[in-house]
Amino acid sequence: MSGLGRIFWKEVRELLTPATLVPIIIMAVVFAMLGNAFGGLDEEMEKKAEIGLIIDDEGAIGEFARVSLNASTIIVYNGTDLDEGKATLLDGESGDALVYIPSNFTSNLLEGRPGWVQVFYHMKATGLSASLDSGKVGGALNTLSTDISYAMIVSNHTSNATLVLEPMVTSSTTFLNDKEVEGVAPYQLDAVLSQGQFIVPLIVMLVIIMAGSMVISSMGNEKENKTLETLLTLPVKRTWIVLGKLAGAAVVGLIVSMIYMVGLGYYYSSLAGTSEIDLEKYGLALGIEDYVLIGISLFLALLCGLALCMILGIFTKNYKAAQSMTLPITMLALIPMFISLFSDFASLPGPVQALVFAIPFSAPMFAISNITLGYYGLVVAGIVYCAIFATATMLLAVWLFKRDILLTGRVRSAEKKKFALRGMLGGNLWKK
Amino acid sequence: MAAINVSGLTKDYGHFHAVKGVSFEVEEGEVFGLIGPNGAGKTTTLRVLATLLEISGGSVTIFGRDLKEEAPAVRKMISYLPEDAGAYKNMTGRRYLEFISGFFTPEKDPDQLLERGLQIANLKERIDDRVETYSKGMTRRLLVARALMIEPKLAILDELTSGLDVLNAQEIRRVVRAQTRQGTTVLLSSHNMLEVELMCDRIALINDGMVVESGPPKALKEKYGASNIEEVFVEVVK
Repeated sequence: MSGLGRIFWKEVRELLTPATLVPIIIMAVVFAMLGNAFGGLDEEMEKKAEIGLIIDDEGAIGEFARVSLNASTIIVYNGTDLDEGKATLLDGESGDALVYIPSNFTSNLLEGRPGWVQVFYHMKATGLSASLDSGKVGGALNTLSTDISYAMIVSNHTSNATLVLEPMVTSSTTFLNDKEVEGVAPYQLDAVLSQGQFIVPLIVMLVIIMAGSMVISSMGNEKENKTLETLLTLPVKRTWIVLGKLAGAAVVGLIVSMIYMVGLGYYYSSLAGTSEIDLEKYGLALGIEDYVLIGISLFLALLCGLALCMILGIFTKNYKAAQSMTLPITMLALIPMFISLFSDFASLPGPVQALVFAIPFSAPMFAISNITLGYYGLVVAGIVYCAIFATATMLLAVWLFKRDILLTGRVRSAEKKKFALRGMLGGNLWKK
Repeated sequence: MAAINVSGLTKDYGHFHAVKGVSFEVEEGEVFGLIGPNGAGKTTTLRVLATLLEISGGSVTIFGRDLKEEAPAVRKMISYLPEDAGAYKNMTGRRYLEFISGFFTPEKDPDQLLERGLQIANLKERIDDRVETYSKGMTRRLLVARALMIEPKLAILDELTSGLDVLNAQEIRRVVRAQTRQGTTVLLSSHNMLEVELMCDRIALINDGMVVESGPPKALKEKYGASNIEEVFVEVVK
């Protein structure tokens, strides 16, 4: 084998280890699962919207609208009373939305004014799901509008081009929890909410990756610089060593992340400034107790991440190896962060929900959307899970700190045999 | 009371037996050397005694304290200097000694410990430079100072003068000897036979995880008609 070949194979054998491959393979499997889960959205988009319909208009165009909507949607509720219709919408019995066509719909159009249609949505999800449902209903209403335009042209009813182009005015109202947000469709509301929901996952990911890599690197440095043995023979409890390292990394990680967040905060405030929807007006802004829940969730997720990193750090051999050890933690933080950008927790398929919930960093990432949608039980469950996970991983880290493995690492049997053989042969008896 | 009592000590790494029933006793104020080839079990034995590794079998007491049951109490009495130990590179020598002395309060005065550490290290103005700028000899002096400044009841020194030139090694040996006169018991391992003969009151020869001979260096040389300890060892393992 040539010199180039020898160096090539040495590098490949050094770099292509199970430690490098396993996290990548796991990630590929996870992303494939997520792809399958989100792949269903296309099929969902092609399905007809399910709506509830109330037509108070007894005119011809009212009836025309019924025929048009019947063709473009699946009408699961047909009613006559608006209040009753709203109640069925909130009970989930009138599909994705309730479409209300008032009694003056035909007369307005005949008199040269646009017909007015009101659509009521019950927002049960954020992210893609929210946009999907309102998008499908919006599409059906666009079809209705086009059908009316077409009928007006065919019947040569009017020469008012503006009316022909826009024969219908749609007003949207969204019910979110017990709040009624008038004049806003779910996709519009979601666009505003997601600005806030986007920032927390980013904070979580930054803090976990930064503080976590500090913990792992700290352990790698202790081993590489041969300072760990001295530290372990000092009269200090191993628990304090573990907690001291975790606390130090947490503080530094938070400081570094806060610096990042100042920049992101400016970015967020400039985005929020352009929004026309005032969440506070509709009672949808987060309260102090909500921020407390998010803070607790964030703190516990940070503890989980640091304790996990400490465990990984125990197995690291040196600073270089420590760098690759951060990969699994980074991946664990990235999975829920990406998902949170597209969907809320409740809208995820069951297996993905289980996977996401099992990742302790998910709890704060989904906290804002869960609070917004009123799923406080999920927020509290996430906090409880994180508390249990953090306690268990910290106890495991302390336990490992008291074991030989901290210093000896994982000794492969072949290495042991070589080590033993060298000792027995005593070939080179003395070093000097 | 014996400073160290090791009885039938075994240490296994899975199926590999690194130490196979080592027994020896060290008296208070004595300098005791563990001598043997690479992989014989010297460092493993020292690491067990330093509370770093768990005992697989046998028993160890240090000043009457059981190592397995009372490790935290043992750590208050010992100081361990590993062969290839390092110090925190981003600290200055002075800061490193301050950092270590802080762990021994309130039982000991940290200022006194620091003062003593500075004396032993004898790095003059370089003590205020970062450790990463030190030569190997300077770092070793700092680490010896760290180990001895706390006036431990037992100093466990693995390859005390590893990597030091003759003059630095001699100075370090002098410092350790001076420490024993103040009552510190020393357990050391070394490949340097001259060092062993110069420093140790008694030695134990270890081979393949077992003590194969022990006694004062002079008595062992006489017993095997050898001119130095290396010859003694070769005779013993033949």
